[in-house]
Amino acid sequence: MYLLIVFLPLLGFLVAGIFGPWIGVRASEYVTTGLLGVCCLLSWIAFVMVAGGADAHVPIANWFTSGKVVVNWALRVDTLTAVMLVVVTTVSFLTHVYSIGYMAEDPSRPRFFAYLSLFTFAMLMLVTADNLVQLFFGWEGVGLMSYLLVGFWYEKPAPNAAAIKAFVVNRVGDFGFLLGIFLTFYLTGSVAFDQVFAAAPGLVGKTVHFIGFSWDALTLACLLLFMGAMGKSAQFLLHTWLPDAMEGPTPVSSLIHAATMVTAGVFMVARLSPLFELSPAALSVVTIVGGTTAFFAATIAGVQMDIKKVVAYSTCSQLGYMFVGLGVGGYSLGVFHLFTHAFFKGLLFLCCGSVITAMHHEQDMRAMGGLRKELPVTFWTMMAGALALSAVGIPFTPIGFAGFVSKDPIIEAAFVSHRFGAMYAFLCADIAAGLTAFYTWRLMFMTFFGKRGDWSATLPSAHDGHGHEDHGHGDHPVRESPLVMLVPLIVLALGATFAGMAFRYLFIGGGHDGFWRSSLFLGQENDILERMETAPWLVSVSPTLAMLIGTGVAYYMYMVDRAAPARLAAEFPPLYRFLVHKWYFDELYDFIFVRPAFAIGRLFWKGGDGAIIDGFGPDGVSARVLDVTRNAVRLQTGYVYHYAFAMLLGAAALTTWYLFGGVTQ
Amino acid sequence: MGIGLTHYLTLAAIVFTIGIAGIILNHKNIIIILMSVELILLSVNINLIAFSSYSGDLTGQAFALFILTVAAAEAAIGLAILVAYYRNRGSIAVEDINSLKG
Repeated sequence: MYLLIVFLPLLGFLVAGIFGPWIGVRASEYVTTGLLGVCCLLSWIAFVMVAGGADAHVPIANWFTSGKVVVNWALRVDTLTAVMLVVVTTVSFLTHVYSIGYMAEDPSRPRFFAYLSLFTFAMLMLVTADNLVQLFFGWEGVGLMSYLLVGFWYEKPAPNAAAIKAFVVNRVGDFGFLLGIFLTFYLTGSVAFDQVFAAAPGLVGKTVHFIGFSWDALTLACLLLFMGAMGKSAQFLLHTWLPDAMEGPTPVSSLIHAATMVTAGVFMVARLSPLFELSPAALSVVTIVGGTTAFFAATIAGVQMDIKKVVAYSTCSQLGYMFVGLGVGGYSLGVFHLFTHAFFKGLLFLCCGSVITAMHHEQDMRAMGGLRKELPVTFWTMMAGALALSAVGIPFTPIGFAGFVSKDPIIEAAFVSHRFGAMYAFLCADIAAGLTAFYTWRLMFMTFFGKRGDWSATLPSAHDGHGHEDHGHGDHPVRESPLVMLVPLIVLALGATFAGMAFRYLFIGGGHDGFWRSSLFLGQENDILERMETAPWLVSVSPTLAMLIGTGVAYYMYMVDRAAPARLAAEFPPLYRFLVHKWYFDELYDFIFVRPAFAIGRLFWKGGDGAIIDGFGPDGVSARVLDVTRNAVRLQTGYVYHYAFAMLLGAAALTTWYLFGGVTQ
Repeated sequence: MGIGLTHYLTLAAIVFTIGIAGIILNHKNIIIILMSVELILLSVNINLIAFSSYSGDLTGQAFALFILTVAAAEAAIGLAILVAYYRNRGSIAVEDINSLKG
């Protein structure tokens, strides 16, 4: 069964990818979607079985054996994997269904569905990995598919640039990840999880020499591995690719850049919890990076005008929360937030897609407004997503939308944790909770409330022409999306509403130990889940308070006094510019890395290759040969008397030589 | 002073030089080149006969007869080539004959 779960999407990819042109678009869609449906069903069965205590280990084959390095293909199915299986296949299946509607006008749909299925396969390979190398295989597989899907519309320059950026930034993280794998192998002599985890306690206190310093071996390994997670999960400093990746089709943003691939980093840290748990320093770094990301991405999301960019930065921010949860030792908190986040963020993206389709591919929120009446289903499902994202719920009870049930425990845990940096992360997360509510409701108010054109006055002039053109479009009525797109929205909306309440007991409540068993490792003194309950009531209420304040501010600025945002921006121009330019990270990286890289490239290209290698190599040789031949050619005048003269000279020379030298011999 | 071997050799050398100069300095007429070639052959003949007579060996004179035969054949072939060339190119001016130019 587990083999089927993993390999059915691969089958779907082969069918749609290779035979797509022959079997037709419809058949490709139905085959891939149908196989994913089966896959999703099996995953839920597997989830129930594993939750009941039936962990599985399915060996497949030996991949390679080289000296001490033994790498096997195998599926490791424990609770953590089962949770990921459910998340991946469910969102993937719903995205497949949704894409049938969303991509209906695209000519290369078989390619799209083949990519989606192959992505799902790679992701499943990642979550079922039994060793670090197999994990890396899936890791790179999803990276590749992300590249191909972001650049799906390869005729346009922007998606191409975004795809390359996503790939290159991920390489930075993967470089660290690879070094981490090497170091782990060096320390434990194995890449298989079981052996690594068994050897990990013996490594405490060991040191290794690296770039001239003596490091704690485990901390260094964890930090390097975490670097991979930072790249994949778009954490602070390596986040720049995620917003750009929104150039891809919206279902891709939903599946890859919200629900599954970007959470691979969170999964990896949770999977390697036996390593991280032994290195408090590394977990501090995880906490601080997570907290910083949660805060900084939320500030940017509050000023973006592109509806997808808002949700993208929100994803970044929510991933930060997950890392805070992991960092303070509550691995199940992070994974629980991953689980609920997959539902509501996948939902929000698909709703964005529905809005964008209805608006005839307009993504700027200032061109929207008042869509509530025209898109009722999209509105209500997105409302569920927004309620979940802004964490609406009743404090002190487990009653609330998914985001509330999973996010607030993270904030409480950050407060009670003794880990260095946890208090900083708590403050970041608490402020970010308010910002989250602000940008969520800002999005909702600008898009669905008021009336069309409320904000078009603030559209930049370059956009104005486009806006008028759109008014021409505006004669076409804004129509609700077809049923094939709405059903996934409704299913995900149910998930966003109830997933938190339904699974709280198992994931982070009383059923915790029996549910996770050995898949998440908690140290002896790690009692974060018990102490979480002892958080002061003010702390428990603070996220909800922040949420209410954020919502209130958004309501005032975007519903009551619509001139307020512009006034605020005019009063603090440096701050506003700072946020609109996304903390100047792109400019900074452009200055530090991109331009020097181009300069070095140009130096080696023009100077090294062109002038030196070509100059002294092929070009130089051929030029000298040409020079010689040009002179030799000049000798061949074609006139008989010249040849005769040469002959005479030759004869004279020969005779002279014969007379003066030859005879004496 | 009688006419000795030296005179014959000097004459042959003068004729030979005229023949060479005719080939090198003549830029106009290809027939003059052919004639110069004949002159060179003749100068060689003079040498052969002079030495033959001087050393009393008849081989040189027999050789000279052979050379005359070859020269006659060569002149015939050379003229035939010129006629064929003229028919093809419409000119036998030396300056126009340079199709071997690289």
